[in-house]
Amino acid sequence: MPSYVIAEKCDGCKGGDKTACMYICPNDLMVLDPNAMKAYNQEPDQCWECFSCVKICPTQAIEVRGYSDFVPLGSSVMPMMGTEDIMWTCKFRNGLIKRFKFPIRTTPEGQANAYADLKGKDLDSGLLSTEETDGYQIPKPQATV
Amino acid sequence: MALPNKSLGELKAVRDPEVEEREVDILIVGGGMAACGTAFEVKKWCGDAKVLLCDKAAMERSGAVAQGLSAINTYIGENTIDDYVRMVRNDLMGLVREDLIFDLGCHIDDSVHLFEEWGLPVWKKSEEGKNLDGKKGLKVGALKSGAKPVRTGKWQIMINGESYKRIVAEAAKLALGEDNIIERCFIVELLLDANEKNRIAGAVGFSVRENKIYIIKCKTAMVACGGAVNIYQPRSVGEGKGRAWYPVWNAGSTYTMCMKVGAELSMMENRFTPARFKDGYGPVGAWFLLFKAKALNGLGENFAASDAAKKELENFAPYGTAAITPTCLRNHLMLFEMKEGRGPIMMDTVTALADIGKTMDKKEIKHLESEAWEDFLDMTCGQANLWCATNTEPEKKNSEIMPTEPYLLGSHSGCCGLWVSGPDYEWIPDAYKIKYNEKVYNRMTTVNGLFTAGDGVGCSGHKFSSGSHAEGRITAKEMSRFIRDNAGFTPTLKQSAQELVDLVYKPVRTFLDNYEYTTDIDINPNYLKPDGMALRLMKATNEYGGGTATFYQTSSKSLEIVMDLLNVMREDCKKLAAGDLHELMRCWEIYHRIWTVEAHLRHIQFRKETRYPGFYYQANYPGQDDANWFCFVNSKYDPAAGKWDIFKKDYIKIIP
Ligand SMILES: Cc1cc2nc3c(=O)[nH]c(=O)nc-3n(C[C@H](O)[C@H](O)[C@H](O)COP(=O)(O)OP(=O)(O)OC[C@H]3O[C@@H](n4cnc5c(N)ncnc54)[C@H](O)[C@@H]3O)c2cc1C
Ligand code: SF4
Ligand code: SF4
Repeated sequence: MPSYVIAEKCDGCKGGDKTACMYICPNDLMVLDPNAMKAYNQEPDQCWECFSCVKICPTQAIEVRGYSDFVPLGSSVMPMMGTEDIMWTCKFRNGLIKRFKFPIRTTPEGQANAYADLKGKDLDSGLLSTEETDGYQIPKPQATV
Repeated sequence: MALPNKSLGELKAVRDPEVEEREVDILIVGGGMAACGTAFEVKKWCGDAKVLLCDKAAMERSGAVAQGLSAINTYIGENTIDDYVRMVRNDLMGLVREDLIFDLGCHIDDSVHLFEEWGLPVWKKSEEGKNLDGKKGLKVGALKSGAKPVRTGKWQIMINGESYKRIVAEAAKLALGEDNIIERCFIVELLLDANEKNRIAGAVGFSVRENKIYIIKCKTAMVACGGAVNIYQPRSVGEGKGRAWYPVWNAGSTYTMCMKVGAELSMMENRFTPARFKDGYGPVGAWFLLFKAKALNGLGENFAASDAAKKELENFAPYGTAAITPTCLRNHLMLFEMKEGRGPIMMDTVTALADIGKTMDKKEIKHLESEAWEDFLDMTCGQANLWCATNTEPEKKNSEIMPTEPYLLGSHSGCCGLWVSGPDYEWIPDAYKIKYNEKVYNRMTTVNGLFTAGDGVGCSGHKFSSGSHAEGRITAKEMSRFIRDNAGFTPTLKQSAQELVDLVYKPVRTFLDNYEYTTDIDINPNYLKPDGMALRLMKATNEYGGGTATFYQTSSKSLEIVMDLLNVMREDCKKLAAGDLHELMRCWEIYHRIWTVEAHLRHIQFRKETRYPGFYYQANYPGQDDANWFCFVNSKYDPAAGKWDIFKKDYIKIIP
């Protein structure tokens, strides 16, 4: 199910040196046509339909059309990313619409605790840094053969 | 460091790229779950050592967890680690490294607790025994402080995991520092030391964003580039080629790069061909485990519960008769129905949802429906779209399931990978320990200073996202020990910078030297574009190597033929051509895939039995032969002599 870019909505990320879709695609598929200043998927048959580009595009210019091999036309699945939740709109071929909202994270973005100041003490033990802090004891098998 | 984007039009490859040389102490190759674990942990142990991480993509969404996951498949919690080992051993038909699995079991939960602290929403059980999603679940406290997760099976816990990778990568990047990360850097080869035999000294790669080669010297390295996909023809061959179950961007780089410097591989014959919802490849785990759905054959029978199935499973005792049927044998039963003309196999979602619905009020049913959809939307959005496009409401219409094409991986329900050291505990046999200068380094490969984790580690499946992260953390500490213990070492490369540039940019030069000869840029007698080679590989493996075309069956003769084909492919790889940097990456990916497949098929050829029916069948050696083959199969490529060696390695049982 390859991603596609709606020409009218894409603004080439305002001509910055970093377009969001190109930055994110794990398979290096999204590229910017420098003349038109519009992005496109350069290898649709290598698209994993991971929706990473769809979710990150600031203008909602990217959508996904089912793989022509096996997906009938007429449906769509669209995410709207918030800071805490994602909202999905799933449109059926027969017109039925379902909406779902799921939480995505419980902390503000950028504030994951990286334990930047934590320094491990015993490099020769099997303990990981946070386990060492917690006073964790490494278990042994209950019995061995 | 995220590199600025340049568009395709400007990304033409040039003959002579810029060269950037770096010298670091610790090199991390990959940016997935395992590498993020290493990145989080390493600075806590390595003092002032210099660390560098290279990922071919953007860590925020790279690797298998790019679109998210709806479950953490391994959380020990109230279970015992001993039972975890037994579960993995049974699923993988008896042959696993119990030391590695037990060791991982000791550390997995700590990573899961970190994920939750970083903001990953984890479902909880309320006091009344109801399911609370990750946000509401916060009220009953954190897993670490004893709150109860929502289990699907004995080992899995449910999450709202759309942003799983973003959260894990955020902590990894903060801990390591942006300056120590190069994204969009594809690593091509590892490099051995010029002075010391069998010692890692660096790696070479290139930028997919600018004409630049990175030559990196290091004292120790860990490689975690995931498993391999697109090595067998996918079931859909047009636009749908991209819809493999396994993420299309992991190209076997882990196995190829490590084996090419002489690291021993183990159990490369083990592959994974999961049964998934047909075409969309959506997950079935929650349907079987959470919703208790049954799979029906074409006659509407619950074939897995039939007497005939039970009898068939007895042929594979004790694994087949265990409480939980191994994944490969579940496929085996399904394939049997299909071959007997009793397909297609349908997941009975209608009955399952109706049955659970009986004990629920309207609101709860609505919630149940949303859980079913979230399972797809969190990790296989395309399956959700397929349901929409085919007007499938699971409460009204059943969906077909089907085994996929084969993949190679070591962290999911498969166990191929590298032979690595276990930890240095007294209960672990010496044969499982790899030493350098008298000291054991956990998760070190047979190449000194080279470590791996996640999909890279062989003989230890079922670690999944959480286990891969924990294993990456283990290597961080071990690499720190390694450089402390061997402080006097200065890496020296065998190859000159020019030689490395010539190697990496060969496809670019082949293109530039020849493209003007014909009027079609893709068709030229002097070169081959990588997409053509990719199709050639997939055709060969599909037809001869036990792909879907033959219901996963191969034979001694077929294996001989495919070996010849692979040999010619490797010769033709010398004529791969790349006109731009994206294509250059594709050239190196297909090269990595071909080597990985060769290892896979050599192992199948060597093991004269069918250990994993349902994943593959060696027609000349059907059934299991414990008398001769209850052992690991390892292989080693000698980079100096250019020769393969393949041999048996003893399995040692540790946990009763
Ligand atoms: C479809 C699917 C569903 C899954 N579902 C679940 C689930 O529900 N629950 C669960 O717990 N686990 C699940 N897993 C398992 C989990 O995703 C893996 O166990 C885990 O991601 C493995 O970690 P890794 O670091 O080894 O590989 P990955 O996370 O895949 O990372 C590989 C990394 O290597 C990079 N890379 C590749 N080649 C190169 C190169 N040559 N140079 C530089 N970088 C490179 C990639 O960009 C990526 O960053 C699932 C896996 C898949 C494929
Ligand atoms: S992210 Fe959206 S707006 Fe930006 S270049 Fe891509 S498609 Fe265009
Ligand atoms: S859906 Fe995923 S694989 Fe496809 S173009 Fe977008 S980011 Fe890339």
